Amino acid sequence: MNITHEHFRQALQRTPFHDRISALSTTETWTGWNTYKVARVVDKLSAEYFAVRSGCAVMDLTPMEKYRITGKDAYAYLDRLLTRDISTLKPGRVTYVVWCNDEGKVIDDGTLFQFGEQDYRLCSQHHQLDWLLMSASGYDVQIETETHDVAALAVQGPTSYSVLTAAGIDGLEQLKPFGIVDLHCGDIPITVSRTGYTGDLGYEVWVKPADALRLWDAIFSVQGQYDIQPMGLDALEMVRIEAGFVMPGFDFNTAESTVRNGYDRSPYEVGLGWVVNLEKGHFTGRKALIAEKAQPIKRRLTKIVVDGNKPVGEAFIYTGKGGKPVGEIKCTIWSPVLKANLALADVDYVKGRLPEKLWARFDYQRELKWRTAWAECHAQSKPSYVPEHKSATPPDRF
Amino acid sequence: MGNYDAIVIGAGHNGLTNAAFLAKAGLRVLVVEKNDYIGGATVSRELHKGWKYSNCSYVSSLFRPEIYNALDLGRHGLKVIPLISSMTFKQDGDYFGSYNNPNIRRRELMRHSPRDADAVVRFDADVMRWCRLIRGFLLRTPPDPGSFRPRDAFEFAYLMKKFYELSESQIYEFIRFFTMSIAEYLENYFENETILAHYSGGSIIGTGLGVYSPGTAYVLLHHAMGDVDGNIGSWGFARGGMGAIAGSLASAFQSHGGEIKTDAEVAQIMVSGNKATGVRLASGEEISARTVVSNLDAKRTFTKVMDEKDLPPDLVRRAKNFKIRGSSGKVNIALDGMPTFPSLPKDSQLTLGHMHFTDTLRRLEKAYDDWKDDRWSADPYCDTLIPSQYDPSLAPPGKHMMTVFVQYCPVEPEGGWTGDKRDQFGQTVIDQIADYSPDFKSLLLHAEIRTPRDMENDVGLTEGNIFQGELTFDQLMFNRPFPGYAQYRGPVKGMYMCGSSTHPGGGVMGAPGANAAREILRDLKKADTTPEEFSDD
Repeated sequence: MNITHEHFRQALQRTPFHDRISALSTTETWTGWNTYKVARVVDKLSAEYFAVRSGCAVMDLTPMEKYRITGKDAYAYLDRLLTRDISTLKPGRVTYVVWCNDEGKVIDDGTLFQFGEQDYRLCSQHHQLDWLLMSASGYDVQIETETHDVAALAVQGPTSYSVLTAAGIDGLEQLKPFGIVDLHCGDIPITVSRTGYTGDLGYEVWVKPADALRLWDAIFSVQGQYDIQPMGLDALEMVRIEAGFVMPGFDFNTAESTVRNGYDRSPYEVGLGWVVNLEKGHFTGRKALIAEKAQPIKRRLTKIVVDGNKPVGEAFIYTGKGGKPVGEIKCTIWSPVLKANLALADVDYVKGRLPEKLWARFDYQRELKWRTAWAECHAQSKPSYVPEHKSATPPDRF
Repeated sequence: MGNYDAIVIGAGHNGLTNAAFLAKAGLRVLVVEKNDYIGGATVSRELHKGWKYSNCSYVSSLFRPEIYNALDLGRHGLKVIPLISSMTFKQDGDYFGSYNNPNIRRRELMRHSPRDADAVVRFDADVMRWCRLIRGFLLRTPPDPGSFRPRDAFEFAYLMKKFYELSESQIYEFIRFFTMSIAEYLENYFENETILAHYSGGSIIGTGLGVYSPGTAYVLLHHAMGDVDGNIGSWGFARGGMGAIAGSLASAFQSHGGEIKTDAEVAQIMVSGNKATGVRLASGEEISARTVVSNLDAKRTFTKVMDEKDLPPDLVRRAKNFKIRGSSGKVNIALDGMPTFPSLPKDSQLTLGHMHFTDTLRRLEKAYDDWKDDRWSADPYCDTLIPSQYDPSLAPPGKHMMTVFVQYCPVEPEGGWTGDKRDQFGQTVIDQIADYSPDFKSLLLHAEIRTPRDMENDVGLTEGNIFQGELTFDQLMFNRPFPGYAQYRGPVKGMYMCGSSTHPGGGVMGAPGANAAREILRDLKKADTTPEEFSDD
């Protein structure tokens, strides 16, 4: 990215899709994401949410950090960096990954794309270049930030396959979940992966910034045939909680940014133990994680349903209606498809077990008057919303 | 005059803070000041008609909000306005800016080094961790680790508890941090020369050490642990100049019945039967009080205003050897208009904050080398600000006041200071700024050039050391100023120290003054009027 001396004039820079999103924005609710200006809500939150669950939503993913990792030792390097066994990953496939520091605390999570034998892309929520380069010493790898050189759209929802096909993208029929394929949209070269952060059928479309607007226009050209909504971060927050995805830096502190001792979290403590393979050989944080695994778990980020319909917001978690708090809610939404309050709560375990009863105490307002509510919470072992059509190949055609 | 419960020597910010808390407790307190104005090094004076200079200290961050609150300084006129940026000019025509806006800040870091832009997350978290730890001790009396008195044991246990709140690896890092040089410390995070130079500047300010000298990493903390309205690391301007801090403290002090006597240099602290009995002024006048508090630095206190015969020989030896080296100069400038800096784009905000002109560690170390050879730095590190951009009380409309803090300047150049040499020193600074601002010299109306010796003569700081003693590990916490004397009590009964020579050290903090007041009130069995620290957790 070429940064000029004039960059200070625009605190939040524009993504390659900004002109289109800006033209559609009625709420003008913008926020910063990795120095870019992105929409919280473009037009109507419920329409954006239901587009993901019923039709097709399109979200600008460009600000997500993307690192290209290539070279002779690319696999060995990533194997050492990541907690997951990636030996079964193949070119043309994507997997979800987590990486830790030496103390076994989560630095970030992300998706690892394999393009070729020695060619990977790592996408992450937070800035990772420093850690990736520090971890690279001794490995013959090249690590390049391509965040600003690759534009991306998340195209998500039950009709996303039909929308992309109608928009002129052929070749998605046999693309399985976590698959990658190089295709064209008209004359625009694109890469499509069947990935997303919504828990629904969906794709991520990767394109050169110069072609970004033409890609957007091609997709929105079929808007008359399908309900296509540009989506902002608020709707994404709703669907990711329904899908049970965690967000480092929001649901828990990332290790490198943590100031207070004990305020960072291990993968086990945030429900990501399934991404850790202690048997695969050495990786950064393994020793600490083996030691942690030998002890009863102290706490876990737990998916819960909170009874009732009051807006939960910020809340402490108790084991009954009173006593000392044993946890706190990190994120919460009202799920329109499930008609339930969903949340992720950081809860202390007792002797390695989740307390039997969980209650949330929270404050809410009615006509500017504050009230206090107690509501029982129910832990969920599975994501709240996993539609069958999500993984069907070929996907349903509309 | 007579009937005072306590006399405080020196109307600097710590003397006034101390006096205000004593007066608030109901004591009859007199502050004696050698100059005909108050403030010590926290002073603003009109030396060129229409312009007000903050002659010594120039920005505020460390001043404890607890003191501000407890003495109601807002109602006594104090306002501290946060600064929004800092920057370093590069020799190649470029610059590095540290902006308040996080997006611009990140992009500017990326412009110089994408890796450093990411590493700053780790750096910020680590520095914040050390800041949080040390901030908890600012308004506490350091424990005597060799004592078994319950209070010392309690305070020592508190210190250890805070320390063991760190993880094992953090404890190692913290110990390293105290003993490392700033250059070595920063090289754990950053690779870009300009970014390294920019972040290391705060570690040499006021210090007779270079960027590669062990111990300078801690000085960074001393400049990062302050806050403006809870924003840790943030700096601000006191509206009306730094003298406004002393002015508001004096007003608070007087509102509690305190008296200030200026033009009243103390010749000696009078002692009888190992008890302080009052002070004798240079005029010969004697004023008695059973409590005498010295806001002078420890070296001056024990070698100038106390009779060696009244003191333990070991203390005299420690006072003579107290590390209090002058290394900083100051140039205060009246400007006919706002100077332009062609490297900066039009409308850049970067002139609103700190401006620096030293873009490599090498140049910073060279600047230190000159000082070691008793020369002012030919290529000095200048912390330059133009506060009149915010503060209408410092210069006439459209005109500006520039404050330049200069590192390094020797106490005594070879052959001693002369008027010519002082002008040459000032010219070195002006030339450096003019290298980046071609119209700067044409706007110069007046300049006040201050060498360490000038600061010693005017303010009374030994060698002009701004911290009243180096902030090295051997002179911090329970070793400040000397082992066995860190609890503000002097060697004779009724005699106390309240200046920056005591814990937690220099900077316009007020904490030594408040801490000393707490000990005095405890000895006098009076109610404690000093505030507890605001907890961050």
